[in-house]
Amino acid sequence: MATIELKQVEKKFGESYAVKPLDMTINSGEFIVLLGPSGCGKTTTLRMISGLEAVTSGNILFDGKDVTWLHPSARDIAFVFQFFALYSHLSARENIAFPLQAQGVKREEINQRVKAVAEMLKIEHVLNARPGALSGGDQQRVALARALVRQPAAFLMDEPLGALDAEFRESMRAEIKQLHLKQNATTVYVTHDQVEAMAMGDRIVVMSNAVVQQAATPSEVYHNPANLFVARFIGSPGMNLIQGTYQAGKIQLPGSNVMTVPEAWKQTLDSKLPADGKVIVGFRPEAVEVAADGEIHSTTYASDLHGGYTMLHLQLDRDVIVHARAAREMRYQLSETVRFNVQPNMVRFFHPETEAALQNGSHTT
Amino acid sequence: MMANQTYQAQSPVNFSTRVDKVGRRPMIASAIKGIVAIIIAFIMLIPVIWMGMTAFKSLSDAVSVPPKVFFTPTVEGFVNLFTQQRQLTDAEVAQYQERTDLNWAEQLVLQRQKTIIGQSQFAGQLLNSLIIAGASTIFSVIFAVLSAYAFSRFEIPGKDDLLFFILSQRMLPAVVVTVPIFLMYRQLGLYDTHIGMIFLYTSFNLSFAVWLLKGFIDEIPKEYEEAALVDGYTRLQAFRKVVLPQAVTGIAATTVFSLIFSWNEYAFALMLTSDRARTAPPSIPLILGTGGIEWSTIAAGSMLFLIPVVIVTFILRKHLLRGVTFGAIRKG
Repeated sequence: MATIELKQVEKKFGESYAVKPLDMTINSGEFIVLLGPSGCGKTTTLRMISGLEAVTSGNILFDGKDVTWLHPSARDIAFVFQFFALYSHLSARENIAFPLQAQGVKREEINQRVKAVAEMLKIEHVLNARPGALSGGDQQRVALARALVRQPAAFLMDEPLGALDAEFRESMRAEIKQLHLKQNATTVYVTHDQVEAMAMGDRIVVMSNAVVQQAATPSEVYHNPANLFVARFIGSPGMNLIQGTYQAGKIQLPGSNVMTVPEAWKQTLDSKLPADGKVIVGFRPEAVEVAADGEIHSTTYASDLHGGYTMLHLQLDRDVIVHARAAREMRYQLSETVRFNVQPNMVRFFHPETEAALQNGSHTT
Repeated sequence: MMANQTYQAQSPVNFSTRVDKVGRRPMIASAIKGIVAIIIAFIMLIPVIWMGMTAFKSLSDAVSVPPKVFFTPTVEGFVNLFTQQRQLTDAEVAQYQERTDLNWAEQLVLQRQKTIIGQSQFAGQLLNSLIIAGASTIFSVIFAVLSAYAFSRFEIPGKDDLLFFILSQRMLPAVVVTVPIFLMYRQLGLYDTHIGMIFLYTSFNLSFAVWLLKGFIDEIPKEYEEAALVDGYTRLQAFRKVVLPQAVTGIAATTVFSLIFSWNEYAFALMLTSDRARTAPPSIPLILGTGGIEWSTIAAGSMLFLIPVVIVTFILRKHLLRGVTFGAIRKG
């Protein structure tokens, strides 16, 4: 298993950047998820690691060895494509054996290894079928088997579950995770689905506009987003972000609300905000605590039942709506007045111009 | 389906009991469809059937008015096609009639007071057609697959201009360039040579073949080759093992189209060949008998000319059915 290092890797198509200079280290055995909206450069990054896309500049190292200009076949990697890329003219067995034949492995060993990997993925019964006759899930299992049979230095997966229906996706997610735990192979996984990223990644690399926005563990990305983009992108719905004005330990919020800044943040806000005291307050829906004596006043705009919980849409002002996660037995009328507090350890602050999160040095997650 | 299950409780019913499915009306509808198809096919095939019948008619039956639908078949036309004959004098006829060493063909032409004095050139011309059309088809498909792949997959400077240039080769009516090509070929020593004709037909077919195949290769997701590339294959191996098998439909369609063009080509063959490399198309209309046009001979020639293309099309029919419905390859 390999450690993958990207050093100032960049990719330009004509004059526009697909990936701006990027530094990243993927540790041996780590499961890294590249997450971002379409066109953010995550797939291009993956393809540069695989060698299918040439870098414009920068270096890619596998275990310290420079592979920047090596042919994909010389990099000892396996790639799983979104649309499986199974050869329709070959049976499932021949598809799985295909990479081994390239390496000139002996026939008995090929049979043995195909059998072993088929057992692991529970696809022995479809080995003689052509891909066209298989279900989406089985096609993806065959594609995974083709990757696994190689025992490569790294797995690269480009939205491997994107073409499956929702039901399958969930179980395949668990299967891939399980496989990773068994194989402990370095894996780079591209997706635009944040649920997938949160569930699978040891670390998530959030990308947008050709730039890495944040690279951290799922819980860090969720609780301490590095900037407004990550705060909005992660979570469904994303973090509540409200513009306010800070003055002497209090923040003026829309709808003539005032919020008391937690003690731990006062010093940071005093020093790091622009002179006019503009600040963006962020908190997750589950940080909202509805209370009769809550300091923020709002009216209910909508209330969605989600079974396990109730999602409240609370209106502070005409255009300012906060999502709040309330207990499932709570029922609200429209336009009812609701007062709430924000849990002090779950509130975050962002600079209105740089959009970066402010740090107070004592995060709790 | 429910009806089936309730019946099964008593006695197994092995046929559908749903009257709406096997009722009269659908059967009549499908019968009508079949009849209409047969009628259309028959109308389309009338010229071919006519030709086939004429090929087996005697010279006089072929021109009789009204046309004979029932006649005594004879291979006279085919014998005339492949032989050169000489008119016999009355004295010679009497002499020939007494000979016992005549084979069936000689006896046949004797009825018209003729004798066979040698082979005609038609067999050679048919062979020329086979060589020239076959070779030019193979070359155009090979070159077209390679260049279509390159156009489909790689960043080529001036790609669109090049593709347009290739297409523009087909915009000029062939007749316009026959004279310049004739002069060029005479200078280059390519006049009336097989190589010259193969070269010409290949370049004519290429423009069309490149465009056709590019369409097919564009339809093959590039992930297929990329998967092969990361699996340890070189670009050429990936092309051979992954792209070619997937493009088989397009290759079959292109092969048939190219073959039909080269096989049928008339104008250039007439201008650029004479004895050595003359192909069948310009020869057939020149089969003129001594006593009027020998229609049965011409029909025999046309029929033989038809057969090779029919065979190739028949062999490739499975691919063609998918091939001519462009974009029928499912992605993913």
